[in-house]
Amino acid sequence: MKVTELVEKLQLKVFTASAGLENEITGGYVSDLLSDVMGHAAEGNAWLTLQNHLNVVAIASLRELACVILVKNIEPPADVIQKAIAEDVAILGSSEQTFELAGKLYSILT
Amino acid sequence: MIKLNYTIEGGDFSRAGYASSQVKKNLKQLGVDQKIIKNIVVALYEAEVNIVAHAQKGNIEVLISPTGVKMIVSDQGPGIVDVGQAMQVGFSTASEKVRQMGFGAGMGLPNIKRNVDRLDIETKVGKGTTLTMIKDF
Ligand SMILES: Nc1ncnc2c1ncn2[C@@H]1O[C@H](COP(=O)(O)OP(=O)(O)O)[C@@H](O)[C@H]1O
Ligand SMILES: [Mg+2]
Repeated sequence: MKVTELVEKLQLKVFTASAGLENEITGGYVSDLLSDVMGHAAEGNAWLTLQNHLNVVAIASLRELACVILVKNIEPPADVIQKAIAEDVAILGSSEQTFELAGKLYSILT
Repeated sequence: MIKLNYTIEGGDFSRAGYASSQVKKNLKQLGVDQKIIKNIVVALYEAEVNIVAHAQKGNIEVLISPTGVKMIVSDQGPGIVDVGQAMQVGFSTASEKVRQMGFGAGMGLPNIKRNVDRLDIETKVGKGTTLTMIKDF
């Protein structure tokens, strides 16, 4: 499934214009520990997190994750948005909490 | 043989990952296997972050040969008191500020170990640390 389709299905907010929207999602990963994501997420994963600083963009880009989804209405600061657009990383937002959102993502992707 | 060099400032999290992304670009251009690029990126990123999180400043030297990559990551910093303990998942001396960013889970050195073929750690308390990592193609 493409990131754009997920945006529609989960009614996600898009913070980063068209960056990364055509990426293919292969699965999901839920963690707020950056080394955990670095070491264990898979390429093409949608990453659910409440972390919203520059290193999130660096990790998503380095590990070629499909997108980052911020939970609980968290909004990324301007420097994060700028870097994400430059690196073609989609940062999305949801009003839901991690548990509910992960559940929905899981049922969509499996 | 390609030689790449980067200097890293301790405490500057905004630039963490820059060296890793440059090395990744080079390896991609060379057509290195994706899985191996992933291994190198994970290891180098963790080493880069360890300078930023734990040391004052450091240097990364990456040597790319036809048979593999050698990464020498050295810093001026506190050094590691007990390397065996530092290698254990969950051991961390990271500050509260660093932990709040989602670093400091004590998974960096274990991530490095799992992703390279050879890891040597040379360290002197009060002076600094040098990691030498080798990944074969
Ligand atoms: N370059 C370094 N200089 C000083 N101490 C280090 C360095 N790298 C690692 N350490 C020590 O080893 C511990 C474990 O490192 P690591 O596994 O990367 O976890 P983390 O960085 O999350 O704490 C660190 O908390 C720190 O005490
Ligand atoms: Mg670390």
